[in-house]
Amino acid sequence: MLYREAGQFKTTYAADQQLFPIRQDRIGVLVLLAVAFFGVPLLASEYWFSAILIPFLIFALAALGLNILTGYAGQLSLGSAAFMAVGAYAAYNFQLRIEGMPILLSFICGGLTAAGVGILFGLPSLRIKGFYLAVATLAAQFFIVWCLTKFPWLSNNSSSGVISTQQLIILGYELKTPVEKYLLVLSIVVVLALAAKNLVRSSTGRAWMAVRDMDVAASVIGIKLMPTKLLAFAISSFYCGVAGALYAFCYLGSVEPDGFSLEMSFKILFMIIIGGVGSIMGSFMGAAFILLLPIFLDVALPFLAGIFGLPFSSATVSHIQILVFGALIMFFLIVEPHGLARLWQIAKEKLRLWPFPH
Amino acid sequence: MSKKIGDVILDLQNISLRFGGVKALTDISFNVRQHEIRAIIGPNGAGKSSMLNVINGVYHPQEGQIFWHGQERKRMEPHMAAQQNIARTFQNIALFKGMTVLDNIMTGRITKMKANFIEHALWFGRAKNEELEHRKKVEEVIDFLEIQHIRKTPVGRLPYGLQKRVELGRALAAEPSMLLLDEPMAGMNVEEKQDMCRFILDVNDQFGTTIVLIEHDMGVVMDISDRVVVLDYGKKIGDGVPDEVKNNEDVIRAYLGAGH
Repeated sequence: MLYREAGQFKTTYAADQQLFPIRQDRIGVLVLLAVAFFGVPLLASEYWFSAILIPFLIFALAALGLNILTGYAGQLSLGSAAFMAVGAYAAYNFQLRIEGMPILLSFICGGLTAAGVGILFGLPSLRIKGFYLAVATLAAQFFIVWCLTKFPWLSNNSSSGVISTQQLIILGYELKTPVEKYLLVLSIVVVLALAAKNLVRSSTGRAWMAVRDMDVAASVIGIKLMPTKLLAFAISSFYCGVAGALYAFCYLGSVEPDGFSLEMSFKILFMIIIGGVGSIMGSFMGAAFILLLPIFLDVALPFLAGIFGLPFSSATVSHIQILVFGALIMFFLIVEPHGLARLWQIAKEKLRLWPFPH
Repeated sequence: MSKKIGDVILDLQNISLRFGGVKALTDISFNVRQHEIRAIIGPNGAGKSSMLNVINGVYHPQEGQIFWHGQERKRMEPHMAAQQNIARTFQNIALFKGMTVLDNIMTGRITKMKANFIEHALWFGRAKNEELEHRKKVEEVIDFLEIQHIRKTPVGRLPYGLQKRVELGRALAAEPSMLLLDEPMAGMNVEEKQDMCRFILDVNDQFGTTIVLIEHDMGVVMDISDRVVVLDYGKKIGDGVPDEVKNNEDVIRAYLGAGH
């Protein structure tokens, strides 16, 4: 009953085309932002910030990047973690080698470097599609990690390529506590998510979706396939690159090339499959789901075992985690290929009519 | 009918198209005049769709010349056809299934939108104004095709006849000077066909759009087209006004078989 569009008449195209056309959505998003910016810092503990909220936001950003490429432009990629690594190492090097480089500018430059590398590895997409393209992007995954280990210059000659990130200083103020880092990450993620939302509702986004849905028709309409696909690779890699820089600077503090493994790329891919391919909000839902599920199982399984009096080792818990994970991915692929975001949308459609069935 | 048919705007001369050893089109010449409805007919596999693909640059003929507004056209790519104001629809609906009707038709205007992705991301400058300006044009198309009620529906959920109509809308949104329609009425019931005929005639009449049409329904073709070209096995066997073509011996043979 609360979620109802009735009575909200749109008298201009501007009103119809705004970011959130339904008033309840607008209010919802504002409340969510207010809670995230003001409520959470008051309530959450340090553990929550550094172990849950910061990685959630960073992975949501990476998933958003991959979603732009795979969900909107239809180009399958398995190189997300590699582009994150490029972003992290590039931001580190910009910070290290340029005197007085502002940290935020380093993040942006890290993202831009990742975008450049993304375009390079996106070139095969002009000739190959789908599965085969995914295999081609695997090359990025292995090549970049190899590159970062092989050339000591990139990690300032540290052993096995481990880098320890510099301090986070913005306008002379050093961010040290998890809360401050959380607010920094949150601000960047919110800005980039809004930009992504704008992109996909504009003709850039329509060109991507057109290429995804029917590329011959897209080119007959006048969409140039090459620039469109490469732009998707560039922007997607930019998002992943910024996520990588945040991952290094705001989450871990010290990273090594092998940390950005194929496993991480897959994790990001699972986030968008479960969250929703071709949905901005799905990226956030997927990231939350994938990151929170293990934590939830960690707590819930020993508790359940306690009730039934079963002997439960921590090894069993991690095995069950893998089982549940695999089962859920299969479940989503079969039952709801559009993921949690689609379920949310269905729920909203039902809510609009509730309590009537039609 | 009071419409005025103008000069030749598209002239195809001695077009031959081969795929390896298969000859899809052999030595075909015909022209299209401004504001006319030009039908291409022929039995299955006659090369009709290949002909449209040659016109809008998806296929490149090995031999022959194409003159567009009097100028010879060199090698071209599909997106260049859009720049030359040629729009088309496809035999098997080629809509963007994941997008709404509105977005599909908006995509038809993409070559007219000039804002770059940075303006889009930040939603400033040309990006916002363009969206509003083009939305207005798109709404005119939506009104014209009487599909207001399905504006926000993803096209994948629409019935076949409406999808065909949306596809016509996407082509019209580009305000083309020439419209290529590949079997716009295939698989439709009588009522849907009537609607579609009405839209095609209205487009031709109100916007002065030149139309090149492939269609199998002879009743429709003979009724609405100004001139008809007949293909069979990649060769031209007839060309002229409908009455002429109807009585052409070769055409009758191609359609009814040799021993009729």
